[in-house]
Amino acid sequence: MLRKKECVAMLLAGGQGSRLYALTNSIAKPAVAFGAKYRIIDFALSNCINSGIDTVGVLTQYQPLELNEYIGNGQPWDLDRAFGGVHILSPYQGKKRSSWFEGTANAIYQNLGFMKRYDPDYILILSGDHIYKMDYAKMLRAHKETGADCTIAAIEVPVKEASRFGILNTNPDGSIYEFEEKPKTPKSNLASMGVYIFTAEKLFKYLEADDEDPASSKDFGKDVLPAMLAAGEKMFSYRFEGYWKDVGTISSLWESNMDLLGKEPAFDVSDPEWKIHSRNPLAPPEYIGKGAVLDNAMVALGCEIEGTVKNSLLAAGVTVEEGAVVEDSVVMAGTVIKKGAQVRYAILDEDVVVGEGATVGEAAEKVSIAVLGRGVKIADDAFVAGGKILDKDFSGE
Amino acid sequence: MAFSTVGVIISHINDDNLPEISRHRTMASVPFGGRYRLIDFVLSNMVNSGVTTVGIVVKNNYQSLIDHLGSGKEWDLARKDGGIILLPPYSDETEAPYTTRLEALMGITGFLTHRTEEYVVISDCDGIAHMDIADVVRYHEEKQADITMVYHEESHASSSYYMTLAPDEEGRVREIEINPRLRGKMNLYINVMVMSREFLINTIHDAVTRGYSSFGRDILTKNVDTLRIFGYPHKGYFAAVDTLKDYYARNMELLDKTVRDELFGARDIYTKVRDSAPTRYLAGATVSNSLISDGCVIEGRVENSILFRGVKVGKGSLVKDSIIMQDTVIGGSVSLECVITDKNAVIRDGRKLAGCEEQPYFVPKGRML
Repeated sequence: MLRKKECVAMLLAGGQGSRLYALTNSIAKPAVAFGAKYRIIDFALSNCINSGIDTVGVLTQYQPLELNEYIGNGQPWDLDRAFGGVHILSPYQGKKRSSWFEGTANAIYQNLGFMKRYDPDYILILSGDHIYKMDYAKMLRAHKETGADCTIAAIEVPVKEASRFGILNTNPDGSIYEFEEKPKTPKSNLASMGVYIFTAEKLFKYLEADDEDPASSKDFGKDVLPAMLAAGEKMFSYRFEGYWKDVGTISSLWESNMDLLGKEPAFDVSDPEWKIHSRNPLAPPEYIGKGAVLDNAMVALGCEIEGTVKNSLLAAGVTVEEGAVVEDSVVMAGTVIKKGAQVRYAILDEDVVVGEGATVGEAAEKVSIAVLGRGVKIADDAFVAGGKILDKDFSGE
Repeated sequence: MAFSTVGVIISHINDDNLPEISRHRTMASVPFGGRYRLIDFVLSNMVNSGVTTVGIVVKNNYQSLIDHLGSGKEWDLARKDGGIILLPPYSDETEAPYTTRLEALMGITGFLTHRTEEYVVISDCDGIAHMDIADVVRYHEEKQADITMVYHEESHASSSYYMTLAPDEEGRVREIEINPRLRGKMNLYINVMVMSREFLINTIHDAVTRGYSSFGRDILTKNVDTLRIFGYPHKGYFAAVDTLKDYYARNMELLDKTVRDELFGARDIYTKVRDSAPTRYLAGATVSNSLISDGCVIEGRVENSILFRGVKVGKGSLVKDSIIMQDTVIGGSVSLECVITDKNAVIRDGRKLAGCEEQPYFVPKGRML
């Protein structure tokens, strides 16, 4: 019987990402642009296809239009398949009831029908808001070897940050004896990456039980995983070593972008053995003008650069006019920085216009990142202070 | 009425003009402009004009073209009906593969017969133009022409562009000259023509019966009085790429903003994508007046040059007035001036190479120096 998939991935992409403020006004967090060319979801999708997982359900809810359009038929990730491939799963009207996805577990529960079509042995749960390269096939192998019912990918985080994460307390063999969601005084620094592999029948059983439990908040971390642990199911951690970043805040998004720069970048997106697939801009090569200065920059196709770009990333079709300076910033597609304008420590969303002589952001240490939302126009000579977040045009008044 | 035109691209006819670059590939897949192949321009013109079926006549060394085109999806030509259809040569004991354009067309009568579109646009691919083919077809209909030939005002002819047209006020071509003497501005036929499919099929059958071999000599010039041949003036950008010197000059022209705007500004040029990362300019890099594609890593100095995808320029190196094709690796302290490197060339540390504009120094595909 060939009509079967060993492992089906379910990618949670419905989150609003409210801590990204203006950047997620009209799009879901996984659709936010990253690294001069990519969108956050490219990393999870690329990991799937590079790990040999060709069946992916993407659960969308918040502002799904652009995300749906971006994923399309999945062809850029080689996920346009006759059997399998990528599928957008939105909340739907059912015969008995209709509802929005109420939590991560409920979102998966509502799509049991999708998963069961593929008669899978394993279900991989992913979230669409992390930047990392991970071979899920290795993790699946570990899951089979330990005979676990659930395997949770985990990474060591700095002790002082551990209370922001779901923390796994494990025995020496890697089995989990305790799971603490954002503990005030963490017992370990092993954080859950939000990447789970479940043996399919166990997952289905616990999701059904969770759905019937009126006290449950329908969340994996808070409800399903503790319930499994309490019932004595075999749960193992899977240690991941490498770059992994949650880009849920303005500062982490900025930092993670910066990690792509340099000769030996902290995070390398150009590894031919682990390509990051994405939709590609339809644009000619970038033009670097006579007076341009490029110093430690990542620049995408279609840019026209006459000014100075330092420690920054520019996505497709960005214009930096003569005398303009862009430093320590992330500039998304189609944005124009006019003559003599200065942009420092800022994230500029798509199609922003920074007027002539305007200043956005400040270079001082410890000032937070300024953010200009999509399409925002900054008037000539206006001043946007460091850390300011704008989603409307700004004249400086 | 729906736009009903099928495209035919002759991919190889002038292969001999760029022997260096087309040694391993057909003219259509000659790299151009940092991330394109020559065929991308004519294909994009067709697609942007509403053509959804394009037959591509191939003859020799077309592996690289097949690789480039894939299923045609990048041009939106992966279609249930039509899309990109490769037309390889047919030959048996009695028939050798064709050499001329007319013979190439004779070989595709099967393809033409099975299509249903009303018109056919036939084009070579060594001319780069921004052309609205729908407008040429409209003109053809309006003039009730038998054949519409597209011309561009040029002051020099060449081995692949060698016909000049003398249209009257109405646009009807009254005289076609082959290999004209140079005399200032001429209406040079740029090897793009439109006919009705039926007319083309009949013309080919007639040519087979009579044993004709040249479209220009046996059909166009002979029948200029009896056929309604019209000239369509192409006003915008046109660049013929028919010698290595031209190839170099035409690439370099793209450093001029007006040329870039004309070629890329108004519409999209589609090409194969390969998911390269954006280009990284490392600390210490100096880049000026250059066109740089994605996937490059630049640590040295690049001036007045065109870099294709995936090029590496090492520390202390200078790349000046050069065209560096895909995945070329330039080591440290290298100096290149007026150099063209083909794909996958490797220039080792400390090498110094120089050509001149009339005769750029050419480094063949995969060569390590």
